[in-house]
Amino acid sequence: MTTMQRLLQLPVNAVNIVKTVQSQVQGQEEDKSPVLSPDSGQQTWYSALQPDELRHLRSGGTGGGGGGGGGGGGGGDQEERGSQEDGGGGGSFQSQPLRHDDLKEMLDSNKDSLKLEAMKRIVAMIARGKNASDLFPAVVKNVACKNIEVKKLVYVYLVRYAEEQQDLALLSISTFQRGLKDPNQLIRASALRVLSSIRVTIIVPIMMLAIKEAASDMSPYVRKTAAHAIPKLYSLDPEQKDQLIEVIEKLLADKTTLVAGSVVMAFEEVCPERIDLIHKNYRKLCNLLIDVEEWGQVVIINMLTRYARTQFLNPNINESLLEEGGGGEKTFYGSDEDEDEDEEEKEKKAEAAAMAKRKPYVMDPDHRLLLRNTKPLLQSRNAAVVMAVAQLYFHLAPKAEVGVIAKALVRLLRSHSEVQYVVLQNVATMTIKRRGMFEPYLKSFYIRSTDPTQIKILKLEVLTNLANETNISTILREFQTYIKSMDKDFVAATIQAIGRCATNIGEVRDTCLNGLVQLLSNRDELVVAESVVVIKKLLQMQPEKHSDIIKHMAKLTDNIQVPMARASILWLIGEYCEHVPKIAPDVLRKMAKSFTNEEDIVKLQILNLAAKLYLTNSKQTKLLTQYVLNLAKYDQNYDIRDRARFIRQLIVPTEKSGALSKYAKKLFLALKPAPVLESPFKDRDHFQLGSLSHLLNAKAGGYQELPDWPESAPDPSVRNVEVPEWTKCSSREKRKEKKVEKPFYSDSEGESGPTESADSESDSASGSESGSGSEGSGSASESEESGEVSVSEEEEGEEEEKKTKKRELKKAVQESESEQSSEEEDRKHERKMKQRKSDSESESDEEEESESESSQSESDDSESEAEVRKKKKAAESKPPSKPVKKETKKEKKEMSLLDLDDFEPAPSPQVTPVNNLLSNSLVTDLEGLSLSEAVLSPATIAPSSALKSYELLHRITGEGLSVEYCFSRQPFSPDANMVAVQMQFTNSSTSDTKNLHMEDVKLQSGMRVKDFPEIESLPAGETATAVMGIDFCDSTQAANFQLCTHTRKFFVSIQPPVGELMRPVFLTENEFKKEQGQLMGMNEITEKLTLDAKCRNEHTIVQRVTTAANLSRVPCGSDRECRFAGRTVTSGSLVLVTVATREEGAAQLTINCEKMVIGTMLVKDILLALTQ
Amino acid sequence: MINSLFLISHSGDIFLEKHWKSVISRSVCDYFLEAKEKAGDPENVAPVLQTPHHYLISIYRGKLFFLSVTQTEVPPLFVIEFLHRVADTFQDYFGDCSEVLIKENTVTVYELLEEMLDNGFPLATESNVLKEMIRPPTILRSVVNTLTGGSNVGGTLPTGQLSNVPWRRAGVKYTNNEAYFDVIEEIDAILDKSGTTVFAEIQGVIEACVKLTGMPDLTLSFMNPRLLDDVSFHPCVRFKRWESEHVLSFIPPDGNFRLMSYHVSSQNLVAIPVYVKQNISFLETGSCGRLDITIGPKQTMGKTVESLMVTIPMPKSVLSVNLTATQGTYTFDLTTKVVLWDVGKLNPQKLPNLRGSISIQTGAPKPEENPSINIDMKLQQLAISGLKVSRLDMYGEKYKPFKGVKYVTKAGKFQVRT
Repeated sequence: MTTMQRLLQLPVNAVNIVKTVQSQVQGQEEDKSPVLSPDSGQQTWYSALQPDELRHLRSGGTGGGGGGGGGGGGGGDQEERGSQEDGGGGGSFQSQPLRHDDLKEMLDSNKDSLKLEAMKRIVAMIARGKNASDLFPAVVKNVACKNIEVKKLVYVYLVRYAEEQQDLALLSISTFQRGLKDPNQLIRASALRVLSSIRVTIIVPIMMLAIKEAASDMSPYVRKTAAHAIPKLYSLDPEQKDQLIEVIEKLLADKTTLVAGSVVMAFEEVCPERIDLIHKNYRKLCNLLIDVEEWGQVVIINMLTRYARTQFLNPNINESLLEEGGGGEKTFYGSDEDEDEDEEEKEKKAEAAAMAKRKPYVMDPDHRLLLRNTKPLLQSRNAAVVMAVAQLYFHLAPKAEVGVIAKALVRLLRSHSEVQYVVLQNVATMTIKRRGMFEPYLKSFYIRSTDPTQIKILKLEVLTNLANETNISTILREFQTYIKSMDKDFVAATIQAIGRCATNIGEVRDTCLNGLVQLLSNRDELVVAESVVVIKKLLQMQPEKHSDIIKHMAKLTDNIQVPMARASILWLIGEYCEHVPKIAPDVLRKMAKSFTNEEDIVKLQILNLAAKLYLTNSKQTKLLTQYVLNLAKYDQNYDIRDRARFIRQLIVPTEKSGALSKYAKKLFLALKPAPVLESPFKDRDHFQLGSLSHLLNAKAGGYQELPDWPESAPDPSVRNVEVPEWTKCSSREKRKEKKVEKPFYSDSEGESGPTESADSESDSASGSESGSGSEGSGSASESEESGEVSVSEEEEGEEEEKKTKKRELKKAVQESESEQSSEEEDRKHERKMKQRKSDSESESDEEEESESESSQSESDDSESEAEVRKKKKAAESKPPSKPVKKETKKEKKEMSLLDLDDFEPAPSPQVTPVNNLLSNSLVTDLEGLSLSEAVLSPATIAPSSALKSYELLHRITGEGLSVEYCFSRQPFSPDANMVAVQMQFTNSSTSDTKNLHMEDVKLQSGMRVKDFPEIESLPAGETATAVMGIDFCDSTQAANFQLCTHTRKFFVSIQPPVGELMRPVFLTENEFKKEQGQLMGMNEITEKLTLDAKCRNEHTIVQRVTTAANLSRVPCGSDRECRFAGRTVTSGSLVLVTVATREEGAAQLTINCEKMVIGTMLVKDILLALTQ
Repeated sequence: MINSLFLISHSGDIFLEKHWKSVISRSVCDYFLEAKEKAGDPENVAPVLQTPHHYLISIYRGKLFFLSVTQTEVPPLFVIEFLHRVADTFQDYFGDCSEVLIKENTVTVYELLEEMLDNGFPLATESNVLKEMIRPPTILRSVVNTLTGGSNVGGTLPTGQLSNVPWRRAGVKYTNNEAYFDVIEEIDAILDKSGTTVFAEIQGVIEACVKLTGMPDLTLSFMNPRLLDDVSFHPCVRFKRWESEHVLSFIPPDGNFRLMSYHVSSQNLVAIPVYVKQNISFLETGSCGRLDITIGPKQTMGKTVESLMVTIPMPKSVLSVNLTATQGTYTFDLTTKVVLWDVGKLNPQKLPNLRGSISIQTGAPKPEENPSINIDMKLQQLAISGLKVSRLDMYGEKYKPFKGVKYVTKAGKFQVRT
């Protein structure tokens, strides 16, 4: 049945004949074939066709015979083509509508096999570029066909012709829209794919909608398709750009490798200028890169190269300064020594070198991340990936590290010749800037006689660029063999290469020149001519020494016919006629004789020679010059006539001749600068390597310029993913406004409302911000502090009304915490509290102690004074809101009456989380309003003692020094991926402990630690706190390190409970459900449990869960369910917890988490918390 | 990225076109055909051409030009690599990448191209994934399909697309579980007139044919991995394991694939298995020349040199040759002027020799350069670099697979200058 397939290629007329022939020959078999079965009246169309066919065939000549013979086998193939060309040409009038009729009939039949057959023929027509557009109505009907192959072929057809037949194409849209809702992801994806490929402007809104929907599809494959659809829609209607950017932004945040490449592609096509969209995804992209499919890798790497150029500092900044100083050449050689060293050493070296300079350069860790994560891709089998990494290293890496790419690029030279061609182009550019890195691979660029010419010439270019004093003799020997090649273009290029070596390397200039002079006696004229041209250039550098060469060349004028070479010789003789005084006039004499037969460029040089000789040796050459000038006067070429006229006026003194003739000698015999023989690849590196523009040395459409390094690095914190948006000033303001508009009590009232849990997250962030200024005194960055100051100033300038509201809120916080029982008491207490605070913060608790110690305390004091004043005012001027406040207070009191002594340090741990939760929300609100940290330091509100503390070092083993730590549940601001660990040092010995710091950190791979700042001295009996950050990499592995004092070292280790490896996030109920929907199956763990007798109300459940794990509550419509959400600190995987209660303490705990290990551990912990 | 693809035969016939964005008229190919005419040899056509509105990026494979058209900036290697991948896929599907076969399978080709690119951006290029979507044509299947109305197109999303091992299809089952690895090394060398090595290096590949049930996790370790200087891997190889332990750890694709290619560090001296004694000279007077070539074994590590083949591209002015070979046969192609001497096995006792006279067109000058000699050969059961596979372990599946490793050394670009 292979013939069946062959038939597909046959023009339909031929096929039909074959079929009829076959049906006659093998009638029985025909009956079985569904295509040719004679039912449903098909026989009629066969016969109906026949007469027409025959008519056509008769006129078509050989075509008919070929078609008939086609049944015999492959022999018919060629003739069949002939017949088709006939069909496409003159005969088409008759045959085109014909075959389409039969196809239409086949498409209309209700047999899939017939439809398939027809579609296959139509697709074959499209493939050959034949027009099949008039079949559109017949084809489009089958868009909903059940047979998947027919469907696919219909799609192929639609995509090809929909643009031409927009109205009819609309008929198919509803099918795709239905497909978009299909439960099968493959169908959803393919519907979107086709829908977006149909270039019909009317459906732009539909496409937009479909893309938006697909962008949040559960299946990553559909999301990938959505990413692909974005540039399609953009090219159809650029006005949708803004909306598309939103989708891109959303997809960029996607964490699957499947989507990453496609969305970056879309980004590059739609909005490459919106580099700011990358910030948040930069680290993720770097980390995913190795797992993305190879094509996506190329696109991502190219984009990241551009990104890095805008965000990081030039790692070679010091060297480039040096280079400008003139020492550029030498620094190249340094780099290859380093090649064998491992990366770390190199890093150190580079760093050390940089440190030595005035302005120390420290590489941004994100910059390093990019370099580190792309390096393994040099081992990719895909040449495009290797090239992409190579260009990234070339443009971004410190000089000492660029060497690693050489080996990989040389490897690509083994690949297909097209790959070689592109790679060599890029290597040629690289060798100009960084010769050292390819020098060890010199021999890999040796040329074989079997290489295609264009490869040979590029290799030659690289060899020339690599030539230096040490290897020039080898290279020249190699060149010598090339000169004998049969490929004359290549020989010419070799001669030029020799010339370039000679100009660049002074030592070999004479050798090269001699070699070239020998070539002058070569039999091949092209070789000689090229040599002459090159020699001319070389001689120009030091003509005195080489008058014999000039003489030798003068003799060549008799033989050489190549105009360029003749012209070169004449120019040389004219220029240096003083060195060859006897020969020059004779050459002119010969030239005068042959003047009329010369080419134009030669004629011009003859005129030049004549003029120069006239000026230097007028006695001998006067007549000759005049003769030549006369000849030129009547030349056909106006250039030559002009030149002759001009020269005559200049050199021949007459009465009329102007002032210029005095300077004729200066004009003609001026010292000409020696030509610089430059590589054509010089300065090509201003194009991004590996790009089309670089290859063509011209800017291609859509090329994105590689930006120059910035003078100073933009803020690196924009890439911190975990820091919530609002830390940026602008969004902070937005938020502020939003909050202000709300009635304040709605916030303080709904303690478990939706906003609250959001706030609890942001609060912790804010806590870290304000806290880091004081707690981690040294580590807080200046910018942060200044930011705070500016905000507090802003706050000061706000309207009076706002202030009062704020004050109310503040009060609410404090009250809710202190939990006063009556209004009066409350008031008093409030005052007292304020008093206390403004007097000295040290009274409140340990955490604040450290705060007061910090350098900030001074400014805080003044601020807090202002606060006090404001508050007093508020207390007086705001009576109406009080009743409300009271109520809420009372409610709260009821819930947590048990243990609410205002500022007593150790309330029972079960309750405090609620306390925390509640107060946090308020703090955040306030944070939005006022950021004066002295009053609202989160430490005051979330007492650290509420958190479970663990012993790190016992008093006895620590010889008087005891250390406790707790997980403060606040983001660690220097690095958002770290868990903040708050340590409390108590010195119970009798002497001071000095230089308390940590050393010798031992970690599992991937984990990182940020040391706490050294405590210089801890007097006897005192306590101090410090915060360190640990990135546990989402594992419960312990971090081991040594705690050192000035006398002793203690081995200690910190192991986190799993609940501390996450931070709360805010989700709405819907978001929660959606996310949960995506984390089913393996990612879901469900346990049944019986709740502890004391733990049957919602409130205690919330308490216990939040104590066990750092999660935030998610609002929930049902009161039988409590939901919590968080993200793991390092990888940001969602952790969703649901506790559904039933009758009599029965409950079900569900945890959804991508990280199954974390999920299982968390289940255990929460179970324990709820059942005990 | 890639707007359109045209397949053009050696003679310049455009026999297939496919567009992923708006249709671009095939007249754009004229620029290419012009360049092709100019270049003469198809190898010499520049892979990237610029026309007023488009950029043409092409490759030459199997006497066919794959010409892609793009309108905007795109990394040229990206397109070239992709086109080669397309050609590889055709080869994989139809057994060869030739005009006849592509024409025979136009519809399959079209379906493949449709899946491989979406809007000009590569979508699925892994052969395992493609084969799940579009089954390769076999005679049996086409019979069945015609009878039952079945199709070549798969109805489900290939699992590979979604899993983190996109190169392997799910649910692989074999009754005989076997894994074969061929270590193939090629010697690239340039020898000069006197027989000294100008340049020599060893490039190797490990081609694998793995037919194992389920999801096997293989580990291949070498006796002497330090030999390998530069390596590139199939995406399935875990790069970290290689960096730390120098073993290849991978979940293999199903079927044939290239596991890795490597380069043996250039510090090691390369053993050259044969020597060539040659004397080619053209006489100054009279239009003739002499040729005398003898080949003998040099460092063969005790193996026999097989499939020895000598190719000599003669200068264009050579009219004919009149040679006698003591072993094997020789042919002279009148159009390309190439002498091809098929020697066969190299017998150390009786060295093969080819000698005789060359006649040159009368009047033509004596050729400037002597032709270089290209040598092809094979040594079985030997990796010339000394690389040895020490063991292959399988994890993740219970059965015991059959494992086999084969070594072959070949001449790569092995050239003797004369």
